Amino acid sequence: MAVTQMVGARIQRREDPKLVSGHGRYVDDVRLVGMAHMVVVRSPFAHARITSIDTTAARQLRGVIAVLTAGDFRPVISGALPVTNAFVPDKKQVPDQYPIADGEALYQGEPIAVVVAEDRYIAADAAHLVSIEYEPLTAVTDHERAMQPGAALVKGDRPDNIGWDTTFAAGDIDAAFASAEIVVKERITQQRVFPIAMEMRGCVADYTPFEDRLTLWTSTQVPHFVRLFLSGSLGLPESQVRVIAPDVGGAFGSKIRPYPEEYLCAAASKLTGRPVKWNEERSENLLATTHGRGQIFDIEVAARRDGTLLGLRFTQLLDIGAYHGVFSAFQVVACLVAGGCYGWEAISARSIGVFTNRTSTDPYRGAGRPEATHLVERAVDLVAREIGMDPADVRRRNFVHDFPHTNNFGLVYDSGDYDKTLDRALEMVDYAGLRRRQEELRKQGRYLGIGLSTYVEICGLGPSAATAPAAGVALVESSVVRVHPTGAVTVIVGTHAHGQGHDTTFAQIAADALGIPYAQIEVRHGDTADTPFGYGTYGSRSLAVGGMAVLRSCQKVVEKTRQLAAHIFEAAEDDIVVDQGRYYVRGNPADARTIGELAFATYGAGLPPGMEHGLEAVSFFDPPNFVWPFGCHVCVVEVDTATGAVHIERYVAVDDCGNVINPMVVDGQLHGGIAQGIAQALFEEVRYDDESGQLLTGSLLDYFVPTIAELPDYELDRTVTPSPTNELGVKGIGEAGTIASSAAVINAVVDALSPFGIRHVEMPARPDRLWAMIEEARR
Amino acid sequence: MKQSVAITVNGVQREDAVEARLLLVHYLREVAGLTGTHIACDTSQCGACTVLVDGRAVKSCTVFAVQADSSSVTTVEGIATGSTLHPVQQAFWDEHGLQCGFCTPGFVMATAALLDGNPSPTDDEIRKGLEGNLCRCTGYANIMRAVRSAAAAMHGTGEVRSTATPAGAATAESKSAATVGG
Repeated sequence: MAVTQMVGARIQRREDPKLVSGHGRYVDDVRLVGMAHMVVVRSPFAHARITSIDTTAARQLRGVIAVLTAGDFRPVISGALPVTNAFVPDKKQVPDQYPIADGEALYQGEPIAVVVAEDRYIAADAAHLVSIEYEPLTAVTDHERAMQPGAALVKGDRPDNIGWDTTFAAGDIDAAFASAEIVVKERITQQRVFPIAMEMRGCVADYTPFEDRLTLWTSTQVPHFVRLFLSGSLGLPESQVRVIAPDVGGAFGSKIRPYPEEYLCAAASKLTGRPVKWNEERSENLLATTHGRGQIFDIEVAARRDGTLLGLRFTQLLDIGAYHGVFSAFQVVACLVAGGCYGWEAISARSIGVFTNRTSTDPYRGAGRPEATHLVERAVDLVAREIGMDPADVRRRNFVHDFPHTNNFGLVYDSGDYDKTLDRALEMVDYAGLRRRQEELRKQGRYLGIGLSTYVEICGLGPSAATAPAAGVALVESSVVRVHPTGAVTVIVGTHAHGQGHDTTFAQIAADALGIPYAQIEVRHGDTADTPFGYGTYGSRSLAVGGMAVLRSCQKVVEKTRQLAAHIFEAAEDDIVVDQGRYYVRGNPADARTIGELAFATYGAGLPPGMEHGLEAVSFFDPPNFVWPFGCHVCVVEVDTATGAVHIERYVAVDDCGNVINPMVVDGQLHGGIAQGIAQALFEEVRYDDESGQLLTGSLLDYFVPTIAELPDYELDRTVTPSPTNELGVKGIGEAGTIASSAAVINAVVDALSPFGIRHVEMPARPDRLWAMIEEARR
Repeated sequence: MKQSVAITVNGVQREDAVEARLLLVHYLREVAGLTGTHIACDTSQCGACTVLVDGRAVKSCTVFAVQADSSSVTTVEGIATGSTLHPVQQAFWDEHGLQCGFCTPGFVMATAALLDGNPSPTDDEIRKGLEGNLCRCTGYANIMRAVRSAAAAMHGTGEVRSTATPAGAATAESKSAATVGG
């Protein structure tokens, strides 16, 4: 690459002026002439037979255009919603899910009917007039009970409630346990949580009948996937479907899939001949947008008394919900990376996916890796506790040191230096001093806790060899770099930014690679009409895969420009020097052409024989490996034993994501990621009624999302261990904070309460839960 | 039955006939065409719809348009001066106090109201002043910085310390400064 100017620069985001001034354009800001509004009528029951639907009264309301049920959609929408293999190609059953319930509702919030009306108020009124009779059926509400033989069924015609049952085993696990000096066991629950993107889902569908074309604005992370599946289902060629993901107000994995409402809205436009808008309300978002986590781990760890870890054996029970999420089996990755930063003789992990009459789970920030980190970091602390060794020392003793490192399941950690991030984090918190202070405070009846989390994560999804079998299409990434005649540049990418700042960071990459001023480079994404097929943004992949696609296209442009320069200078190509956008013959820098001049020349006369006009390039980048960010987070808490309240005194994070394009953006991603992990550790939990399967946390009144009053400041530092996987040397940072933080917080809480003999605390560590545990211990 | 309302929105006097049940937020977005004010919950928890009604911060999803009759409403679109951002908007930009930007209009307006009543708030006062707004992207740390920075810029309560540099004067971390056209 050229001498770095923009890469690594802490520049402000160019996205922001429009966003801070109210000029962002989100889906609900799209208004078309003649646009109608859709409201979805949803099942109030977790499981019920639909015995009748009477839409008469709703249809008669003035301003109602149509009331549509399953039968109305049947001629327009074909096929079931997609389910990917993810990490489980041999699922035991893959029940078909259709966008709208037909005869039986399997989860609360499942669409039963839609109302299309002149405005959203009338549509909401009419929705209440749709009269549906239900026969409630037994709701399967507990995935552990649901897997027992003879349990009630999520749907009567299924053989059982098991979606998958698969075991990943590496090494001789029995030998590891046979040679162990200690064995520790624990049950670790990953409660269900809501992703809560601030912008709820929504879409605007505009079907034009005589052209047979559909344009869909939708709040999604994956516009090309939505087009792919929607065009198939509606029987339209992809070229007739245009999906636009405009500004998107957060996603966190919850907008990674095509959803029923996108199909229904598109079909409603086709059936009514009107553009149709649908906006999710928050109560619908909590009911019907996919949830995260929802897993129970039973773990056993074999170790020696000197702290050497030997074997890890566990079961993951995953609450799938009523239907497989499109990527729900992705969370099984927890089994493959649960070994963390450590060397193990053997790991054996069994994953069982269990259906319940609940909303589907699907990826939520980190997706499987927060679960893995939480599991292994709790495990290490349990071992440390059992043998009376400092948790930092147990970690050091077992760290992997030689890279690339092939883990138990054949995954190759590309680069790392785990001691370095641990040492730096401990230095930042003054670990020895903190331990002394902890001792002193305990004498005064105050309970300070210090929690460590040393993590490694798999991201940058992903190499085609690994992801094509899992997803059907390989998760490579695409770009077009177009240099206009004046030297202005348009970079068009297949990823989608919804807060990550790609408009800025991808332009930083292109500016350096092309030697063209940053301000002359625009980045476009999100509109399938003018972007190459792209795989979207999730799994901390956009930079390590998409950023590389940008770099590759820039390199192709530079190569062509060099050829043209050689022709103009009548020199050999090898003698052309490219220096920050200036092209000259070696030894003669005074006589240089800028890339702008050369770009103009590519659109004119006098090109070398055989050279085509214009200056643009397309690239699809297929990475040779995943990338493996790592780091150490330390959380310091004080628990008020009178109330059970947890106060976070300090939160220190030292992360290594390889080379950094924009440190401000990296820090911001870490802040938000850490906050979501803290939120899961201390506050958030989706709760359903055990008997009826009714959602009990159905509004933001009942589900506590932390505010500015609850969350701490974050003290960040980083080390830089470039990734050898890609030329930019970058890894990913979108999920690292969440992957690391819940374990740091819970380890701190457990450490604080260890004088009470408490050795494990489940999430969320709410005051009532901790207070009860402390009271129990005192008895 | 529609009712007539006279509302001054960002300094422009409007008269509209609206249904009594029309929420102020829908009035602003769909009648006045100002889509910067957002909706992110049903229960007044999130504050994304915060606007100023006669100078006071109000969650516009909890107010009917008819209740705002004869009052003056300021939205996020109404506080910049020409192409110059309001100091609070500028501070959110400078301090990376936003990511997806969806909650930002609400935070900007709530901050503007907070600083109007308390030009140099303590961190605790900032927390109390903004606990009615939710953000899911930033973890709030940079929002804290933005509010402090805006307070300093507006009221000269201290040095304005930005952690970011403008695009035109990029400095590379651990590398020497280089100026690029931007």
